[in-house]
Amino acid sequence: MDLSILWYLVPSVIMFVCGVYGFITRKNMVAILISLELMLNSADLNFVIFNRFLFPGSMEGMVFTLFAIAIAAAETALAIAIIINIYRSIGSTEVTETNKLKH
Amino acid sequence: MDITLPILILALPIAMFLILGIGGVKMSRKVAGVLGILGMGTTATLAYIVAFTYFFSGNPDFIIDGVRLQYQVFDVTWLAFTQKLIVNIGFLLDPISAMMLVVITTISFLVHLYSWGYMEHEPGFQRYYAFLSLFSFSMLGLVVATNIFQMYIFWELVGVSSYLLIGFFYKLPSAVSASKKAFIVTRFADLGFLIGILILSYYTDTFNFINLTSNPEAVLTSTGGATFMGASVLTWAMVLIFTGGMGKSAMMPLHIWLPDAMEGPTPVSALIHAATMVVAGVYLVARMFPVYCVVDAAMTFICVVGAITAFYAAVVACAQIDIKRVLAFSTISQIAFMMVSLGVAYDRPIEGVHYAGLGYMAGMFHLFTHAMFKALLFLGAGALIHAVHSNNYTAMGGLRKYMPITHWTFLIGCLAIAGIWPFSGFFSKDEMLAAMFARHWFWGAWMTMVAGLTAFYMFRLYYLIFWWEENPHYKEHKPHDAPWQMSLPLIFLALVSCVAGFIPFGELVTWDGVPYHIHIELPVAATSLSVAVIAILLATKMYRVKNDLPTKVKNFWPTLWEAAHRRFYWDEIYQFVVHKIIFGIICRSIAWFDRHVIDATMDGMAKVTNVASNSIKGMQSGNVQAYVIWFFLGAVALAGITWLCLV
Repeated sequence: MDLSILWYLVPSVIMFVCGVYGFITRKNMVAILISLELMLNSADLNFVIFNRFLFPGSMEGMVFTLFAIAIAAAETALAIAIIINIYRSIGSTEVTETNKLKH
Repeated sequence: MDITLPILILALPIAMFLILGIGGVKMSRKVAGVLGILGMGTTATLAYIVAFTYFFSGNPDFIIDGVRLQYQVFDVTWLAFTQKLIVNIGFLLDPISAMMLVVITTISFLVHLYSWGYMEHEPGFQRYYAFLSLFSFSMLGLVVATNIFQMYIFWELVGVSSYLLIGFFYKLPSAVSASKKAFIVTRFADLGFLIGILILSYYTDTFNFINLTSNPEAVLTSTGGATFMGASVLTWAMVLIFTGGMGKSAMMPLHIWLPDAMEGPTPVSALIHAATMVVAGVYLVARMFPVYCVVDAAMTFICVVGAITAFYAAVVACAQIDIKRVLAFSTISQIAFMMVSLGVAYDRPIEGVHYAGLGYMAGMFHLFTHAMFKALLFLGAGALIHAVHSNNYTAMGGLRKYMPITHWTFLIGCLAIAGIWPFSGFFSKDEMLAAMFARHWFWGAWMTMVAGLTAFYMFRLYYLIFWWEENPHYKEHKPHDAPWQMSLPLIFLALVSCVAGFIPFGELVTWDGVPYHIHIELPVAATSLSVAVIAILLATKMYRVKNDLPTKVKNFWPTLWEAAHRRFYWDEIYQFVVHKIIFGIICRSIAWFDRHVIDATMDGMAKVTNVASNSIKGMQSGNVQAYVIWFFLGAVALAGITWLCLV
């Protein structure tokens, strides 16, 4: 028995909503970064799912996913570097402390 | 003809302008002065060579069977805007441009030399020479223009250099306002000139003078009988072109700038506001003469404007105290004389008696002689001002013993302008009056009267300066003749004024190139001569020795004297029109509209933006997670809207 597309999409949505929830509620920047990665991975998962179900003969979705993972790795490295710098200058990684950039 | 000399005639003065203008501050006065004089002297020599080649070489380019031709030395495309609208730049040689080359370079050279003495102690000496070179370049470019657009460009350039030179003493408020006045009035007139050029070239498809003037009938038919407000389009075009000439040549009612232009240095007045630039209007009419000939209405307009201006300026000149103002009004009057002379000229024989282009030839002849003797008078006035440090004749009187050279040369200038045989003015004025009488006795009689007035006010000026009574101030500060740099041009111009009348001018300059043999019209000559002599005798009686006759005459009708002294209130009229009507009524309502409608719209938009952004700026809280919530809600809303649209 083949699983329908919903079996794949629902976990992806759950993953995404978890990411959004974590992003909004957590105060630690590293935790926010992890939530961000969660959302990104759910999007990657969608690429693979739709490629598998809509265009089974081609590979674009897969390639795109690999590409996105590579970019996400670079992005994470950058974000971590920024967070370390913030920690060095203000001694904290709480997102509520970094609200100087405003009206 | 080789194009080297003509190119050099234009290139030398502009090069001198750049050298003196850029490097002048680093040079000593002596170097700058000598450079300027040498540059202009070389230009004058080259211009003489070109003019003599044109007139006397017998080259078939210039003369065939005794008929002088118009010859374009070069004529290159300069600005090609579209297929049809092409502006050329070139060098046209014909009798009048060759004559003007001689006049401009001669006077300009003498003025350069004279200024060396006159401006010796003025600050900005180098700048002054640079401006003189710029003016010479512009004026030379104007007279050799091959097309009307090139003429217009140089026309504006002479306006600019005139502005710069009138305002040379830029620390004097009167000089600054005089320069602005000159520029604005002539610029206003040039607007008419430009519109006229555009109308004319729209119908004829050409700017070129030779194309326009060689076949005036074709110009007439090209408009196809189009009319505007009751007059033919061609009449409008020619009258509007003449308006430009009215501004430059100070014809009524655009004459108001010229008397004020006397605020500039006196040699500048001699060069620009007496001899060369102000005759540009006459030159323009002469240049377009064949076209004017087929437009009778425009010719009549020129005549009427000239006749009124000549009389008005002559009357005003009788009641001025400033000697330069007298000369300025005399210039206006004499230029108007030339205008009338051109205006009465027929291109057809009149009753088989007179050759058609007599008025044209006479006007050009007078332009030539007037340039010489008026420059002489102005330079003489400069020597007087140099000696007594005042422009008013009240500071002079009895100067003949102290300044003999200035006295004799000034007297020759006065005799020439009064039209006494054998000085140059007699010959040219006689030809002009003959042309006017040939057209209609009225023009002749009117202008003879003006000639009489001319003789009167010039000799009034002469006696008040050199006779009358000695000014007591001479005991403290003894006036003396000017240094050689200033005396030499005076003597030279006086000699020219003595002999220029005997130049066979009709053989050289005529409107169609066919020589005309000047013969003195005896009745006309006798009339004008006797009128001039009577006027001079009257002036002698009134002003030779100090007496109370002038006061009596003045008190006989003081209102008239006051009105003439105040130039018949033209400046006040302009002041009223500009300040009360234009500024007070028209500009005020426009300013109201600008402030309350245009500015208010812009201010309102800015205010709305300001209020709107102030009210929502709290959203930028600096809290990243709040942004994410907004972003998420936005994405959900967009998804919802998309969903609704699709279903």
